[in-house]
Amino acid sequence: MSVLVDDDTRVVVQGITGGEGKFHAEQMMEYGTNVVAGAVPGKGGQEVSGVPVYDTVHEAVDEENADTSVIFVPPAFAGDAVFESLDSDLDLAVAITEGIPTQDMARVNKRLSETDTRLIGPNCPGLITPGEAKLGILPGNIFSEGNVGLVSRSGTLTYQVVDSLTNRGIGQTTAIGIGGDPIIGTDFVDALELFEDDPDTDAIVMCGEIGGEDEEEAAAFIDDYVDTPVAGFIAGRTAPPGKRMGHAGAIVSGSGTGTAESKISALNDAGVPVGDTPEEVANHIEEFLS
Amino acid sequence: MKLHEYQAKSVFADAGIPTPASELASDVDGVVTAAEEIGYPVAVKAQVQVGGRGKAGGIKLVEDEDEAREAAESILGMDLKGYHVDRVLVEEAVDFVNELYVGITMDRGEGKPVAMVSTKGGVNIEEVAEEDPDAIAREHIDPAFGMHPYQARKAVYDAGVDQSIARDVSSVLTTLYELWDEKDGADAEINPLMVTSDNEVIAADAVMNIDEDALFRQPELAEMEEEAAGGDELEQKADEYGFDYVRLDGNVGIIGNGAGLVMTTLDLVDHYGGQPANFLDVGGGAKAARIANALDMVFSDDNVDSVVFNIFGGITRGDEVARGINEALEQFDEIPKPVVVRLAGTNWEEGMEILNEDLVTVEQTLEDAVQRAVEYADEVNEQ
Repeated sequence: MSVLVDDDTRVVVQGITGGEGKFHAEQMMEYGTNVVAGAVPGKGGQEVSGVPVYDTVHEAVDEENADTSVIFVPPAFAGDAVFESLDSDLDLAVAITEGIPTQDMARVNKRLSETDTRLIGPNCPGLITPGEAKLGILPGNIFSEGNVGLVSRSGTLTYQVVDSLTNRGIGQTTAIGIGGDPIIGTDFVDALELFEDDPDTDAIVMCGEIGGEDEEEAAAFIDDYVDTPVAGFIAGRTAPPGKRMGHAGAIVSGSGTGTAESKISALNDAGVPVGDTPEEVANHIEEFLS
Repeated sequence: MKLHEYQAKSVFADAGIPTPASELASDVDGVVTAAEEIGYPVAVKAQVQVGGRGKAGGIKLVEDEDEAREAAESILGMDLKGYHVDRVLVEEAVDFVNELYVGITMDRGEGKPVAMVSTKGGVNIEEVAEEDPDAIAREHIDPAFGMHPYQARKAVYDAGVDQSIARDVSSVLTTLYELWDEKDGADAEINPLMVTSDNEVIAADAVMNIDEDALFRQPELAEMEEEAAGGDELEQKADEYGFDYVRLDGNVGIIGNGAGLVMTTLDLVDHYGGQPANFLDVGGGAKAARIANALDMVFSDDNVDSVVFNIFGGITRGDEVARGINEALEQFDEIPKPVVVRLAGTNWEEGMEILNEDLVTVEQTLEDAVQRAVEYADEVNEQ
């Protein structure tokens, strides 16, 4: 079992004719993902690595029964690409693109509340169900099949933690990178809910970072609704206020909201142990499973 | 990206928000000339992007030429919280009876813009928000529709603004939202919005921060950014190289890929008793030349005593990283600062074969790499 993605998922890649889009479409297929179409305006009728390209996402849905989109479109056009996927009756849209203007995402966010499509990202590595399929840019070889769900705001930090788990023989049901932007589609609470409802997920890793209040909200949700044991990690303990630490969303505001201390104490209060190092997170998960 | 006060004011004034008469000056005579044109009394205000300029001596009210000279001499060239002051805004002093606050920002929790109004202007609004949150009226805006006129009125009345000026304050708030929306604002603020004895409202300060990710479609503001640039020499260099870079106070230089993992590396340096010198994210898919630039960046920081290089490859490839490290280090007869390297993920084995291990210390895990770099930095300090 898994959440959101498995080997039945039918993927359309928006931006498949671009360098990144093509490379990662091939990587996804190599991993076993069922990529059924590409969508690029003006490129309809072409083929990329054996995959038919359509001018619109609608056509890809009509012709190939695509139910999920992975978006590799440059930031200036990515907001529009997300709108297109939301208006095409897909189950899931995954926006990999980094650097989408925040106001574009505010409009996307509004539309999202009116549709049944789930959005992951933007500015995220995507998600993977080991042994079945991956959507995005995660390096498949570090993941392994198992019973730990993982949700994270950061890509490479996810790899670090997964590597620690895999090295101990602990595999994953699904790993979801929700993205480092201020406005994202699926947040920690949504992902935790999915893992809580998944009978095969026996423990959850949640990797947060400074900025915003999503981790605090997640802590409250865990306290009220989550029985599956959760271990946490928070990046950015040493980040100074007012400085954006790479991710647009990773910033401690002048008034002191979004600090690591606040997130760690909220998680601790909800019974979630927070590791000082990625290895400590893996230790907690090992204890949960033993 | 933050606009300077004078830039934000010109943007606000162009949109029809009342602002005091003002002129920019960069030398003492310029200040006097500007003051005489505007008419005393005037305020002389340092144009640097830090809060609390007044308390730090960066804003002075002057009544005549002697005072203007004195203020200009003390402010121009001063170091204000680490920023060198090379320009001042000379501005008509406004005789006010009341100070309000109006602002627009993105409420990231809601994923929507929010308009804010308070009668407690003129002080740090973040303190007001903490101590007396009810003193700030908030109105969330649907970005698909924009701010309805009634919402501007509602925020103004909810805040308890006097009826006699409510229409003018609503109008300023509406214009401020339109600007925020048009110019891809992150924050747009007027604090204080002064009220004169004649019931006129006037923007005595102006804050306009622009979403960096939207500068591609705001060419006029992008030009202002060049003018607004400043700050640390290393931060400017990082801009040229296109790195996400933040300079910190410590002595362990840090290079990595991905914001979360770089932040984690900083935290681990601290955890193992060291002090991080910087945050440097080379981003995804960095090639050898970029890796070499990153090392050059960190070596140029005199505070750095050792460097930890932590790459977990997803789209970044270990062989490219190793080539970049070799390239950067082979040009030195003697390596300027010890470098600890940890490679994992995509093509890490190839990377390890390529990496010239005479030039660096290799560690297998993140924890070991950080501890080793902290030890090296400590050794330098003991000498």
